[in-house]
Amino acid sequence: MDYNLMREFADSWGLLAMALFFIGCVAFAFRPGGRTHADQAAQIPLKDD
Amino acid sequence: MRFGTEIVLLTLFAFAALVAAGFGADEPFRQHMWVLFFAVAGFTAILLRNTDFKPAAPIDPTAYMDGPIRYGAIATVFWGVVGMLVGVVIALQLAYPDLNFGPWLNFGRLRPVHTSGVVFAFGGNALLCTSLYVVQRTCRARLFGGNLAWFVFWGYQLFIVMAATGYLLGITESREYAEPEWYVDIWLTIVWVAYLILFLGTILKRKEPHIYVANWFYLSFIVTIAMLHVVNNLSMPASLVGSKSYSAFSGVQDALTQWWYGHNAVGFFLTAGFLGMMYYFVPKQVNRPVYSYRLSIIHFWALIFLYIWAGPHHLHYTALPDWAQTLGMVFSIMLWMPSWGGMINGLMTLSGAWDKIRTDPIVRMMVAAIAFYGMSTFEGPMMSIKTVNSLSHYTDWTIGHVHSGALGWVGLITFGAIYYMVPKLWNRERLYSLRLVTWHFWLATLGIVVYAAVMWVSGIMQGLMWREYDEQGFLVYSFAETVAAMHPYYVMRAAGGAMYLTGMLIMAWNVTMTILGYQREEQSSPGSAPALQPAE
Repeated sequence: MDYNLMREFADSWGLLAMALFFIGCVAFAFRPGGRTHADQAAQIPLKDD
Repeated sequence: MRFGTEIVLLTLFAFAALVAAGFGADEPFRQHMWVLFFAVAGFTAILLRNTDFKPAAPIDPTAYMDGPIRYGAIATVFWGVVGMLVGVVIALQLAYPDLNFGPWLNFGRLRPVHTSGVVFAFGGNALLCTSLYVVQRTCRARLFGGNLAWFVFWGYQLFIVMAATGYLLGITESREYAEPEWYVDIWLTIVWVAYLILFLGTILKRKEPHIYVANWFYLSFIVTIAMLHVVNNLSMPASLVGSKSYSAFSGVQDALTQWWYGHNAVGFFLTAGFLGMMYYFVPKQVNRPVYSYRLSIIHFWALIFLYIWAGPHHLHYTALPDWAQTLGMVFSIMLWMPSWGGMINGLMTLSGAWDKIRTDPIVRMMVAAIAFYGMSTFEGPMMSIKTVNSLSHYTDWTIGHVHSGALGWVGLITFGAIYYMVPKLWNRERLYSLRLVTWHFWLATLGIVVYAAVMWVSGIMQGLMWREYDEQGFLVYSFAETVAAMHPYYVMRAAGGAMYLTGMLIMAWNVTMTILGYQREEQSSPGSAPALQPAE
């Protein structure tokens, strides 16, 4: 495992995996029903002292 | 017996320090081990005096564990005063070099005391105590692991004492913001892993199904700092009883490792951790949920993915390959978006409650903090652009930028959180004085404005003087001339820092009086109660 191999991996499959993960996170946040879930989560700190 | 195991282990620890002081390979190490010995032995003596043989009172597993948080709040204020005081001292040393009292109190040794003092002692204690406060209240669970929180708190204080005294003794790895030598690094690693276990354990035993977003930010801060600290400090000690070690990396790899660490310390210590603070304490203080919870999730992931690549912008125009410099620049510019996503989310949490800026000085402090966050995360990406950086790098502009982030964002959001927490932690009805909070706010804000504006002027002047050529291609100014030209700005900078320190001292007074249970009789600030209009 030398530098060039790692570099090659980082700017191909590594980059793709991270980009897909990020897009997945965004898509998950905007999924149908995501708003009600998020609104409930936002209330957590206000529910008690 | 109360503290039985602790006393035995600490006695052994103190004895080990004594042995190391006797067999140390170099003089600074021996001195440092004496410091360690007296610190640990003194702590053991305190425990011995407080021990008793009564059976321990049963612990209510549903009650929150706030003891370490109370200590953490006090430690935050204490180290804040110390770190900022040292800051004013070194600012004066730059203006008046006669104030260097060598060797212990030279600028070169005091400067890391200031940077570590404010970042790791003040900021670190603030993150430690607020994270433990927030994680319990948003998970509805008591801290995991019994006395683990006490170990983390006191272990971290020992790290701070060892780091600071090491700097004064001249022990340094000379890696910026990671100056402590190998044995102090190992100690911090142990404490940090305990902190991670404490935090994760509490999340795992939560009663609230969802993990609130503030905890995501805190957790990313803890995990990433562990990774950064371990990799950046990989080094080989010259002796197991000596204070010198050599880095595992060399040349430009070493420089990049250092700035990968350095910039992500900014990104995950001074940004992600304090965003966690923002996402709990701003909604609590204005009594409204965060503006957009989904935005907080998206900007969390964007911040995590982008920040880690921005480090190379500290090495523009060096031996670092061009592609890596450009990579650092591009990712820094992309960071604009998640940073401003966080800023907008924090500010818009006030929508419908904007009047609180006028009536509640704590809200005003938090809003100013978020505004400074927005400003310094605008300035930072701009300065990472190579052409801008060719002017700003190595000048006071960088110092001004760091302080608008550190004093403006980190400082003010911490003050807001501490002012919110202290009456709650000690069951006081309110703070000793809200008017003193207003004084603190204005002293701090004006101090930052003076500091940052002066450093802009000084830094840009310095950068322009360095690059000034005459028609024959000779440099117009010698280095000493640029230093002389900066003297008035250095004096003004010290004045700005002194204002900020004064605000911090007022806070220390206010917090102390609140803890002691006093309430200052005072008229409420104008506008805090609606003025009644006669009916017409």
